[in-house]
Amino acid sequence: MAIATTVNGKAVMLEAEPDTPLLWAVREELGLTGTKFGCGIAACGACTVHVNGEPTRSCSVPISEVAGKSITTIEGLKGADGTLHAVQKAWISAQVPQCGYCQSGQIMAAVALIQKTGKPTNAQIDEAMTNICRCGTYPRIRKAIIAATGQAALEGAA
Amino acid sequence: MADNPTLEMDTPAPTKRKGVKRRMFLIGGVAVVGAGLFGISIADSNAVKTAAKLTAGKGEHSFATWLKIAEDNSITIYSPHTDIGQGSNTGLAQMLAEELDAAWDQVKLVSAPAESAFANTGLGRGFMGEMTGQPGIVNGIPQSFMSFIARQMNLQITGGSSALRYTGQVTFQKVGAATRLALIETAAKRLGVPASELTTQDSRVIHAKSNKSLPYGELAAEAASLSLDNEPKLKDPSQYRLMRQSMQRLDIPAKVDGTAQYGMDFTVPDMRVATIMAAPARGGKLTSVDAAPAMAVKGVEKVIKLDDAVAVVANGYWPAISGLRALTPQFTDGGNGGVSTASIFKAYDDLIAKGEPAGEAGEGDVKAGLGAKPVEAKYQVPFLHHAMMEPFALTAHHKDGKLNIWGGMQDPLASKMMAVEVSGLDADNVTFHPMLIGGSFGRRLPMYMEIVQQVTKLAMQLPYPVKLIWSREEEIAQGAYRPQSAAVLKANVNSNKRIAAYQNDYAQTESAEAETIFIYNLPVVTRRHYEHPSNQITGAWRSVNSTQQGFYNESFMDELAHSAGVDPVEFRRNHLKAGSRHLLVLDTVAQRSGWGTPLPEGVGRGVAIVESFKTIVAHVIEASVKEDGSPKVHKVYTVVDAGSIVNPDGALAQIEGGTIMGLSSAIGEAITLDKGAVQQSNFSDYPILKLADAPMEHDVHFINSGAYMGGIGEPGVPPAAPALTNALFAATGKRVRNLPILTQAKA
Repeated sequence: MAIATTVNGKAVMLEAEPDTPLLWAVREELGLTGTKFGCGIAACGACTVHVNGEPTRSCSVPISEVAGKSITTIEGLKGADGTLHAVQKAWISAQVPQCGYCQSGQIMAAVALIQKTGKPTNAQIDEAMTNICRCGTYPRIRKAIIAATGQAALEGAA
Repeated sequence: MADNPTLEMDTPAPTKRKGVKRRMFLIGGVAVVGAGLFGISIADSNAVKTAAKLTAGKGEHSFATWLKIAEDNSITIYSPHTDIGQGSNTGLAQMLAEELDAAWDQVKLVSAPAESAFANTGLGRGFMGEMTGQPGIVNGIPQSFMSFIARQMNLQITGGSSALRYTGQVTFQKVGAATRLALIETAAKRLGVPASELTTQDSRVIHAKSNKSLPYGELAAEAASLSLDNEPKLKDPSQYRLMRQSMQRLDIPAKVDGTAQYGMDFTVPDMRVATIMAAPARGGKLTSVDAAPAMAVKGVEKVIKLDDAVAVVANGYWPAISGLRALTPQFTDGGNGGVSTASIFKAYDDLIAKGEPAGEAGEGDVKAGLGAKPVEAKYQVPFLHHAMMEPFALTAHHKDGKLNIWGGMQDPLASKMMAVEVSGLDADNVTFHPMLIGGSFGRRLPMYMEIVQQVTKLAMQLPYPVKLIWSREEEIAQGAYRPQSAAVLKANVNSNKRIAAYQNDYAQTESAEAETIFIYNLPVVTRRHYEHPSNQITGAWRSVNSTQQGFYNESFMDELAHSAGVDPVEFRRNHLKAGSRHLLVLDTVAQRSGWGTPLPEGVGRGVAIVESFKTIVAHVIEASVKEDGSPKVHKVYTVVDAGSIVNPDGALAQIEGGTIMGLSSAIGEAITLDKGAVQQSNFSDYPILKLADAPMEHDVHFINSGAYMGGIGEPGVPPAAPALTNALFAATGKRVRNLPILTQAKA
């Protein structure tokens, strides 16, 4: 039984077994490999996507729970004309990524935080940004979020 | 190489695993170089020809293996290193493009093919130079000889903080400079002017007098036919336009929009996905497994038994892992059922107490020097895991007698050769396609890449391509860990508050001597190592043995300072040579951190200074203890002397990340063993430091001393743990001698 959802604005039918985690349906069925597998137990956040705007660790949500919902992955952050999201631009300016593997999830978590708080405080950043980065890019993640909120406010993005 | 006595450079290692020799050469050994040294060339001619064939298509021209200039002016640099996230490929591109005077926006860097023509000779030369303690000696070794060694050893490794220091300085700058001279020579002939009147900029040769210029693309074909200058003059640093600049990393745009393709992301038509479970107690074998419960999972196609593991092949990862979890495979413990964290520490204690070391280094009569009542302290550190964010994932396809493998390893060429050996195919029929790597920190080195063997074995018996993914649980349980280690340190501090004698007795799986730089100037000092094997593989964990040795020595120096009633910075100063780089680093960090000025109630300040990979790093950390007993790092001040820096912002990122990795391991990380098996399973019980616990402020200062270039990816790690525990002692009066800190807090 296929499950109907919306991914990055497009209606899709997910054909996998209902207990399949959203992560694997997105990666293997839809071929959207920007969302990463890190731990499988919602501990690291590399698989973070938005489900109805909420940051969600997709390795631990079966597709049966996302029927009829709207999902955004890292591939869906760019504008329709291909311009990068303000948070992605800030990530480049601050030269955040090292190995880069966790950064899709970090960016999705940051975008959700900014959508919720506007201009997050350091305490709000501490609380929301619980994704693991083994390269230790945390200082630059913080810097990029702060920079992006200035830019986002100016452009009305995010 | 074993039949050539002048090249026997390793000592027997306790673990007779394949590839140990290479590691001994690279990291642990001392190279003995034969006589008969004469001039060098940038690359040997056979390799150059093969490389040109492999890379240069129509309208493209190859220079000295590593560089290609196309007639459309695009410039491609082939890197033998795997950029595991440290940004070394951008730095390498800067070094070659600088000497070439290339237009930066036309430069791209790609992974060199995993073929022996691209074996890394510069790396071999650099390591040999350092390991003999005479970096200069390599200048006398014929390049053809070094190239031969590198190709024999299938050397295409990334490790030892080596990319820029060896490949960059020894090879890439020279390739850029020599190619530039060939382009000038070609332009001089074409314009009918003397070469001395020509300059270069942005990929053009310019004749200012006549206001003429020629782009490199138009000169490349003819220039490629010239023989290159083996010893081109390199630029004076005052002329640099690209080096020493914070050029943006070439790989970052693809890492923020999800388009970067890691080994995990590779896909090919008809591909199946497999996952695997090896014997929980390393060394054990698979005895039996009933495949039925896995086969009952929809999507599972096959259960494959290997000698020491069981794999499930399915039409996706979820059915594969669900199938694997449904199995109850039976494994032997390989005779390792008695191995535990406690049993290893007990063996270490017994060995050190017995006092018959496997090896020792140092000078002076330590027994007499220590006197009757030395200060003594015992330290213990656990196995540490790399925990790279991308679990292992390799795809392999065997078809029509050819085997292709796609994925990210730290030595693509050695990976290929391992697949050749396991498959029984000829090297010409095996291709390894290097892909982006989601972290490594030493885990993906060739001495412990059993995943290459596993995926080759699977592919050889499957009619379709297969991607083997390790679960995080497998990745943590089957690591190649930083050794569990213990040390007993003793010292005699005389009435002048100077150390009269210093002894470091440490036990672990093998000698740490190659990575141990003891920076203090003492009359009597000795290090003795005691060897005790376990069933675990001990690997190269970011900065290798410098982490535990840095922790021992810098903790003990702090203890000695306090016992002598001397300020810890002052005490260290008193034992460093006047005018030394170490002293300048220490003084600078003390000055920048406001050492000695008052701090808020409950906050302590700790200092540590460690040299590793030819780079000196000192941290001053301000820390306190939270209500739950866990440490809180408030500020870190760091001073680095790496000689010189190629990309300042890139170097800063490495020091930031290295510091955080050092803090993370000191605070919470430990791999423990019971019945020969790892007890941790995922990030839930192997906690990695998160953003909220990373230092809010980190002041990093680089001293460009101009000394021999040191590494930058690793040296930020070792002083982090002792600076933190020294700060906690200053804050609380309680000395942390066993890591991780959180184990002590709970106890």
